[in-house]
Amino acid sequence: MPVIEVSNLHKRYGETVAVDDVSFDVAAGEIFGVLGPNGAGKTTTVECVAGLRVPDGGEVSVLGLDPRRDAARLRQLVGVQLQESQLPDRLRVAEALDLYASFYREPADPARLIDELGLGAKRNTPYDKLSGGQKQRLSIALALVGNPKIAILDELTTGLDPQARRDTWSLIERVRDSGVTIVLVTHFMEEAERLCDRLAVIDSGRVVALDSPAGLVSAVAPEQRIRFRPSTPLDDRLLTELPQVTAVTRSGAQVVVTGTGDVLHAVTSVLARNQIIAADLRLEQATLDDAFVELTGHRLTD
Amino acid sequence: MHAFGQILKTEAKLHLRDIPTLLLTVALPTLILVVLGLIPALREPSPEFGEQSFVTYFTPSLLVVTLAMVGVNALPTVLATYRERGILRRLATTPASPLALLVAQLVLALAGILASAVLLAVVARLAFGVPLPQHPLGFAAALVLGTAALLALGLLVAAVAPTAKSAQALAVPVFMVVMFFGGVYLPRFLLPDFLAEVGAYTPPGVQALLDAWTGTAPHPLHLVIMAVIAVAAGAGAARLFRWQ
Repeated sequence: MPVIEVSNLHKRYGETVAVDDVSFDVAAGEIFGVLGPNGAGKTTTVECVAGLRVPDGGEVSVLGLDPRRDAARLRQLVGVQLQESQLPDRLRVAEALDLYASFYREPADPARLIDELGLGAKRNTPYDKLSGGQKQRLSIALALVGNPKIAILDELTTGLDPQARRDTWSLIERVRDSGVTIVLVTHFMEEAERLCDRLAVIDSGRVVALDSPAGLVSAVAPEQRIRFRPSTPLDDRLLTELPQVTAVTRSGAQVVVTGTGDVLHAVTSVLARNQIIAADLRLEQATLDDAFVELTGHRLTD
Repeated sequence: MHAFGQILKTEAKLHLRDIPTLLLTVALPTLILVVLGLIPALREPSPEFGEQSFVTYFTPSLLVVTLAMVGVNALPTVLATYRERGILRRLATTPASPLALLVAQLVLALAGILASAVLLAVVARLAFGVPLPQHPLGFAAALVLGTAALLALGLLVAAVAPTAKSAQALAVPVFMVVMFFGGVYLPRFLLPDFLAEVGAYTPPGVQALLDAWTGTAPHPLHLVIMAVIAVAAGAGAARLFRWQ
């Protein structure tokens, strides 16, 4: 059952087309990624979903409601974390959560949320004394304090150090496990690969691919490459006979097998049957990054 | 209503934590009064001021300091900062109305002005024998309308300024005009008649405040002008205000 349905969304700013033609569905309980380079139209797309902007064309439905007409009802049900939105410097962590909790009919317990997000020791710290990671966690907490059904998180980990980024990822997984559907806007490949159940890859205002991260990779770059050093001389035909293998080449003492599907299992079985040990065995697969380049013709810049 | 109460409470705390601004807006006129009042000559009645002392004559002008500081300076800066930092935008994603925040800011600006006026009047009375406003009703009307005109101008500045810096840049000339014609930079008896007369019609309308303080009913035209400025600037601000 989709909780968000976007079809043929179109949005212009004057002459500039920000979103050309974007369609996707988000299922209940998933982490859905909107991935693309800066300026691809990701933020505009989710802002239309959040009801912050009026589309120039197309349909958006969130929990069966219209983000513009039913804005008041949706604001109770959708938590939004915006890119580059801050809080007053002197506002303390607990005050910010109490304030935002007062906006909702059935808010979460602010004190519990503070503990869950690891801000317990910072509850009386003013906003301008928090680190980047703590500000980001507070911002996520504010998006969650209304007990939303859907949380829209825009560029969640931009500007965080690698450790803070990983901490935030596990936090998002915990939030999803508690039953919240999450829409994640990102231009970090690693983040999309690690977190998202499904992804819409957006480039120049259009969806160029819509699949799981693994699905995207295997669709555009199905080939896998296995490298190893055989313990005894190896007859190439043993491998070329396998239906999964497309090519066998040599690079010095190394054998390089290219293939698709469960080629790794097929190759290791043959080697085992012939009592050949594969030393320094490595499997090389395309990454989401490769898939993105294949799909859009250019690299995501970090 | 619960949300508005919480916004008001939170904003009040933030205002109270901003000690420098609080001092500038609430306590500065009283501090200037105390400094001037320590000079004996300024406490002597003088024919130049209609047999009042300079301190008595100057007290209503000191009230202009607070009105200008709060209305034209502090209010637009806070609002422009909130917009610049995405605070209003973020609020727009919640069930709370950004309008509630605007109203809370106005309530607190008024509270600050009232506190400052009361502090000034009481200290002037107790320390220097300056009589309390002699025409209380007229004084209240002049204060409320003058304040409304300045707050509306402040909102207009906040409405057109994209950032906190540009809000301050826009506010400075307005602030100077208000202070100058309010007789804060130069006591008004030193201004040419023409300029002193202009001051009666520039917000907050120091002539009406002065009249009411000394016991004359403020001139209705002066009050009407303030009301017109308040409505016009307020309407302009409402038309131009952007939440993001």
